[in-house]
Amino acid sequence: MSKTTIKLNVNGQSVEAQAEPRELLIHVLREQLQITGPHIGCETSHCGACTVDIDGKSIKSCTLFAIQAQGSEITTIEGLGNPDKLHVLQEKFKEHHGLQCGYCTPGMITRAHRLLEENPNPTEEDVRFGIAGNLCRCTGYQNIVKAVMAAADELNQPEAVA
Amino acid sequence: MSAAEETIQERTAALKGLGTSRKRVEDARFTQGKGNYVDDIKMPDMLFGDFVRSPYAHARVKSIDSSAAMAVPGVIAVLTAQDLEPLSLHWMPTLAGDKQMVLADGKVLFQGQEVAFVVAEDRYIAADAVDLVQVEYEELPVLVDPFKAELPDAPVLREDIADATEGAHGPRRHPNHIFTWEQGDKSATEAVLAEAPVVAEEMVYYHRTHPCPMETCGAVASMDKVNGKLTLWGTFQAPHVVRTVASLLSGIAEHNIRVVSPDIGGGFGNKVGVYPGYVCAIVASIVTGQPVKWIEDRMENLSATAFARDYWMKGKIAATDDGKILGLWCHTTADHGAFDACADPTKYPAGFMNICTGSYDIPMAYLAVDGIYTNKAPGGVAYRCSFRVTEAAYFIERMIEVLAIKLNMDAAELRAKNFIRKDQFPYHSALGWEYDSGDYHTAWNKALEAVNYTGLRAEQAQQVEDFKAGKTRKLMGIGLCHFTEIVGAGPVKNCDILGMGMFDSCEIRIHPTGSAIARLGTISQGQGHATTFAQILASEIGISADDITVEEGDTDTAPYGLGTYGSRSTPVAGAATAMAGRKIRAKAQMIAAYLLEVHDNDIEWEVDRFVVKGAPERFKTMKEVAFASYTQVIPGVEPGLEAVSYYDPPNMTYPFGAYICVMDIDVDTGESDIRQFYALDDCGTRINPMIIEGQVHGGLTEALAIALGQEIAYDELGNVKTGSLMDFFIPTSWETPNYQTDFTETPSPHHPIGAKGVGESPNVGGVPAFSNAINDAFRAFGLTHTHMPHDHWRIWKTANDLGLHS
Repeated sequence: MSKTTIKLNVNGQSVEAQAEPRELLIHVLREQLQITGPHIGCETSHCGACTVDIDGKSIKSCTLFAIQAQGSEITTIEGLGNPDKLHVLQEKFKEHHGLQCGYCTPGMITRAHRLLEENPNPTEEDVRFGIAGNLCRCTGYQNIVKAVMAAADELNQPEAVA
Repeated sequence: MSAAEETIQERTAALKGLGTSRKRVEDARFTQGKGNYVDDIKMPDMLFGDFVRSPYAHARVKSIDSSAAMAVPGVIAVLTAQDLEPLSLHWMPTLAGDKQMVLADGKVLFQGQEVAFVVAEDRYIAADAVDLVQVEYEELPVLVDPFKAELPDAPVLREDIADATEGAHGPRRHPNHIFTWEQGDKSATEAVLAEAPVVAEEMVYYHRTHPCPMETCGAVASMDKVNGKLTLWGTFQAPHVVRTVASLLSGIAEHNIRVVSPDIGGGFGNKVGVYPGYVCAIVASIVTGQPVKWIEDRMENLSATAFARDYWMKGKIAATDDGKILGLWCHTTADHGAFDACADPTKYPAGFMNICTGSYDIPMAYLAVDGIYTNKAPGGVAYRCSFRVTEAAYFIERMIEVLAIKLNMDAAELRAKNFIRKDQFPYHSALGWEYDSGDYHTAWNKALEAVNYTGLRAEQAQQVEDFKAGKTRKLMGIGLCHFTEIVGAGPVKNCDILGMGMFDSCEIRIHPTGSAIARLGTISQGQGHATTFAQILASEIGISADDITVEEGDTDTAPYGLGTYGSRSTPVAGAATAMAGRKIRAKAQMIAAYLLEVHDNDIEWEVDRFVVKGAPERFKTMKEVAFASYTQVIPGVEPGLEAVSYYDPPNMTYPFGAYICVMDIDVDTGESDIRQFYALDDCGTRINPMIIEGQVHGGLTEALAIALGQEIAYDELGNVKTGSLMDFFIPTSWETPNYQTDFTETPSPHHPIGAKGVGESPNVGGVPAFSNAINDAFRAFGLTHTHMPHDHWRIWKTANDLGLHS
């Protein structure tokens, strides 16, 4: 099947990939671009393990053709923080034991990041509703919710004066 | 501050040992998307395998034509049973003493069964080719109801063993009958039932469901023909057993096989067994000389690998008029699907179902389990429980409620009246177990007080009055559960898997500068072993947990062990860790005595050092001893500081807990809303309270799923009706409540650190608590028992059948 050149900006870097029209974004990310943070959990948009951020929206990349993302800006878990400077959500998930097997975690944090962009002062109910598209089998969500609320709190603190 | 000036408390805290809510060392990589799961593995020239699966539940395979598939560019091979037969790999042994087709051999026995394995350059080409493999089937009558398996017109499913009158677990009375397993005294129990003042009876069905971890099963096989070595990465909860099985099946010597479990995205029992995909990936790699990856999709996962439960438990419970239980009788019809692939220790074809006397002092009991073949997927795995323990707990906790109704007695009081008393431990149950320790009354009273049980019952009674008066359309259910588990399999004398004794192991190496690496025979799937096992060791050898690396899952480096499932890691490998730590300490003591120029017996251990008795200023820390062991000649002592322990536990451990669920039910919509869930767990010595709580939250949510909607359902033709996450219920953050956790601490007397294991308790205890809440809500209206899963429709139907909608 013929391939099309797809130009993307992934985590701040311009990249190109060759993909068939039917090729899913998650496969292009994971298998061509070595972005293996987002995972595949269901292939039917239910579990959210593949969640990435596309042009400011949380998208399940297992049900989007790569070609549909042509020209877009994509942020994955790899783009949220790095070993020298973790994102607050990454810190809080660790602090509040918001993960166990880790498989849902990249999608969960990526979704939570967008949620807090959309709603910087969420109630617990807002968080529970806002991450309901991301399934977790290990944690029962209690500590995930705690971590997201704690991250919101910290992000809302006035920046410390150096 | 110098080492000498630190207080004992400060030194203890610095170790981050037992009892510390230490943050997890695993989280750095997982939160940054740098985990290494099997589908993340990429190798040069790696091929991708995909299955042609049966659309029918029972059919003869007349022919397989793969010519069109082979014509697709990029398709390398299409394997069928015919290709595997010369290697004797078209069938494989199951963990339960049966055998299972790797690829359909003449017929198919369940929908989704593996028929052919396509190997191609990428997953898209493989999927294209799967569609082009032409299989001609001749449909056969389908058996989905285990109660019809032995009727005269029942189709014979397993023609390969139709005439075998003896199976792996004793006599077979019919081609569709697998085994009958009996425990306890049948005639004596029936005599008790015949004479008892009160006997309550019920059929309790624990429906078929599935562990459904977020990551499906998968493997990458790589046969290095130059060196004759096979490497197999995969989602294995028991990598060492997989290596042994792979060796026995393939004929490749065991030292030439390396099995690696990388990060595993949840297991919950799904990843204990050996699946056709693993075998086919190995064969395909041997045939092609290239690495071959096989990854299930979710539909394949739900419909073909490792269902759980599906026990029809007919129960009778006898008591005096005032509620003293006299006897328990249970006959279970176990639907095993097309092959008996239960992951149970060999001598226990129904697992530890004989823990079904629960937390109660029941003098006489009898259990029989009939294993039956049907046209459904094989499995019968322990989904977040020790072998069949959740079935047993659900059975007894429903039977207690049924008896309470019959006696017109409060179910909490009935439980308290029959609990095994603290002074009865070690307790010998009527069905053959020796419970190690427990204090049920204390836990129970703590739970009842925590939720204000008396107040809840008063509120419930008022609500029933209000409902009857037309003031509300909601009902309130109070779900009680006091469970006792049996975990930590197990003593080698009676527990093995495929003949391998169920010990476990730990190997420790202390480095010259006083940090360490420990390797274990288990494998974490999210439980946080790298965090908690380091804590056990820290407390034993006085080196901070932060300075101890824990590794598992690579059979080339880790000591042999039976893996992680059945809450056995802490009871068995955790014990091995403590014992290996003690060996380190014993050797270190000799070295320290030499360095301090005193006799071995003149020094004593204190947190992280050996101190000369009566001279506290004279000591050697474990770090100093470690350095000396590499740098000095110590007379009579080998250099280095290493130890290994293979631990064969003397008994299982018996964690227990008291759970209470308060549920509000909308009679008109059937919706259920969890108002409160209180969970008290007693898992003996607590290693990491943060992780224990996390395990409880997760296990309760899996229990919620099972009790309130999660189901693998089949229609009468054997079609899987719940093959995707659209139909298979997994609770989201929206319907999951906040849980209130609590604990008591009754150490196991036989475990080196007194720990019992906790990972599965919340599932075992949670399912009855949720189900009892639903049942209890309708008790005032005449309901005795209704089957799970209690989804909205079924709850509505229950209300409707009770006439609550008129």
